[in-house]
Amino acid sequence: MKFLVCISKVPDTTSKIGFTDNNSKFNEAGVQFIVNPYDEWYALVRALELKEANGGSVTIITVGEQSDEPVMRKALAIGADEAVRINAKSDDSFFIAKQIAEYAKNNSFDVVLCGKETINFNSAQVPATIAELLDMPLVSLATKLDINGNTATLERDVQGGSEVVEVQTPFVLSAAKGMAEQRIPNMKGIMMARSKPLNVVEPVSVEAHTEILSYELPSGKTECKYVEADKMDELIELLHNEAKVI
Amino acid sequence: MAKTDLFEAPDYYNIDDLLTDEQKLVRDSARAWLKKEVSPIIEEYYEKAEFPKQIIKGLGEIGAFGPYIPEEYGGAGLDQISYGLLMQELERVDSGVRSTASVQSSLVMFPIWKYGSEEQKKKFLPKLATGEFMGCFGLTEPDHGSNPGGMTTNIKDKGDHYLLNGAKMWISNAPFADVAVVWAKNEEDRIKGVLVEKGMKGFTAPEMHGKWSLRASTTGELLFDNVKIPKENILPGRDGLGAPLSCLDSARYGISWGAIGAAMDCYDSALRYSKQRMQFDKPIAAFQLTQKKLAEMITEITKAQLLAWRLGSLKNEGRATTAQVSMAKRNNIEIAMNIAREARQIHGAMGITNEYPMMRHMMNLESVVTYEGTHDIHLLITGMDITDIPAFS
Ligand SMILES: Cc1cc2nc3c(=O)[nH]c(=O)nc-3n(C[C@H](O)[C@H](O)[C@H](O)COP(=O)(O)OP(=O)(O)OC[C@H]3O[C@@H](n4cnc5c(N)ncnc54)[C@H](O)[C@@H]3O)c2cc1C
Repeated sequence: MKFLVCISKVPDTTSKIGFTDNNSKFNEAGVQFIVNPYDEWYALVRALELKEANGGSVTIITVGEQSDEPVMRKALAIGADEAVRINAKSDDSFFIAKQIAEYAKNNSFDVVLCGKETINFNSAQVPATIAELLDMPLVSLATKLDINGNTATLERDVQGGSEVVEVQTPFVLSAAKGMAEQRIPNMKGIMMARSKPLNVVEPVSVEAHTEILSYELPSGKTECKYVEADKMDELIELLHNEAKVI
Repeated sequence: MAKTDLFEAPDYYNIDDLLTDEQKLVRDSARAWLKKEVSPIIEEYYEKAEFPKQIIKGLGEIGAFGPYIPEEYGGAGLDQISYGLLMQELERVDSGVRSTASVQSSLVMFPIWKYGSEEQKKKFLPKLATGEFMGCFGLTEPDHGSNPGGMTTNIKDKGDHYLLNGAKMWISNAPFADVAVVWAKNEEDRIKGVLVEKGMKGFTAPEMHGKWSLRASTTGELLFDNVKIPKENILPGRDGLGAPLSCLDSARYGISWGAIGAAMDCYDSALRYSKQRMQFDKPIAAFQLTQKKLAEMITEITKAQLLAWRLGSLKNEGRATTAQVSMAKRNNIEIAMNIAREARQIHGAMGITNEYPMMRHMMNLESVVTYEGTHDIHLLITGMDITDIPAFS
């Protein structure tokens, strides 16, 4: 079984977030980057587990620049067999999905795995767009994946319970928490990653559909106000006049 | 209940920019593993005064044992800065855990790799790298600490074997070691490296008790009573005091990084605590005196990082001198000790409990400032280096 896992680079959750160029660009200075946790902990690790159990190969793919290679090496150190970098920088979900879909089409994979979203942009559009472009089914927000022959069984969290979905390969999924446990690269993996192939492929030409105009930080934490339990009128008054939410 | 390890490493001067991607991956992987596997249990083992043996396999997997030993002997073939970063991460969690890795890497694997025969390397190094074998290093004796050249442990040539007699003291990992690299004098008064294996007749390694420091590391004696040593167990590559001292150079270099880890952990805890702890209606971080403490801590950590990084670069080029290593070891431990105390003060009464790591680091550092050459001996090494006048005796 051939797995393709989409990996993206995101700022570490402890990074100080700031912007440059009139708030139109994310300021990367001093920021530590990590593999998007949904890609790494769930999608990649589950693909590796299935490969280890049933054979096959795990390819990781990133649409990015050379500065994305450290996170790709980490994915190789965790156990992926080879890496592909589509040499382009873009924040546009359609552009990214199109690049991945093109590569996937030409290299026929059985399962394309994505994280459910990146923790920086959270737009969650790439998996569905890839599926659409490949004309394959999508199982989104999957928390469990098992494969038997050509049939995959997945679980999704739904309100108050879970849903079990069956789908034939090939298909696309987006992975949510629960699909696997984080794997920390060990020294053997890091050593092996040195010589695993990381192929750079030029992008196909695609028009971006969106453009980021500016970023804004959320307003700082506001103070917490306590209202005595028997003064409900005061609470309503505050919610109405001060917080303006009712 | 075990606490979550919230540690965030300070990098005030973007020193990460000086590191390669692989160095960062090695460090971050070690950090993640330690947070998950060791942080939750370290206080318990410290209090029990026991080395957590269950982590040995994992330590081998993260590359803590002989990371710079070539791959053909089971090492990871990493550079010296990666080794330093690993020691930093280990000591960030506990100096005792770092000590175990330092001894295994620099005091056991290093001499076998540098001075051992091909058979010795093949026999011991791969197993030491995984932790299947643990090793210890016997130099210090009851009457010879700072002056190891005066040792009395000795070997006598008996034709087809040697007879080893004497005693070593303060030996990290001794009670559970499978192999001890022991330094002993021959009939010509030359210091030789001897590989003493567990189970050899006349060899015992009782544990030493009552340490208030480095409690999560096991320390013992090595007692030799007419131990028959096969000739192939002598390290053929080098003799004289320079041989063990070269091992100490390697270990001390790692310690200079390790101490930064302990300092970072204390600083990180103090920074977080001071922003949360309210007194006089303000977080205590809002007071100038607290800020002075924190600002001085991060300044000293940053200086120590640069010292260690530069020393690592010199080591990678094979140019680091013993005296340069002494300066880094001495400085970085001193700043770590000061930071541990100041950080403890910032935590007020909470700082004396096992909820926070400062007291443990503080107590650990008392060993770290003593072993591998005391604080004052390193000062004398610097003094000798700059004046050309030895002031040891
Ligand atoms: C927890 C722990 C683990 C250890 N692990 C190991 C190990 O694995 N292997 C090993 O071989 N050893 C080990 N040691 C021993 C350590 O290396 C020695 O303790 C150290 O070298 C100091 O020797 P000493 O304790 O005999 O002190 P001494 O040499 O007696 O020193 C006592 C004091 O006198 C000072 N002093 C001595 N000579 C001079 C001088 N010429 N001028 C000025 N001041 C001087 C010292 O600075 C010190 O302050 C360990 C020690 C500890 C505490």
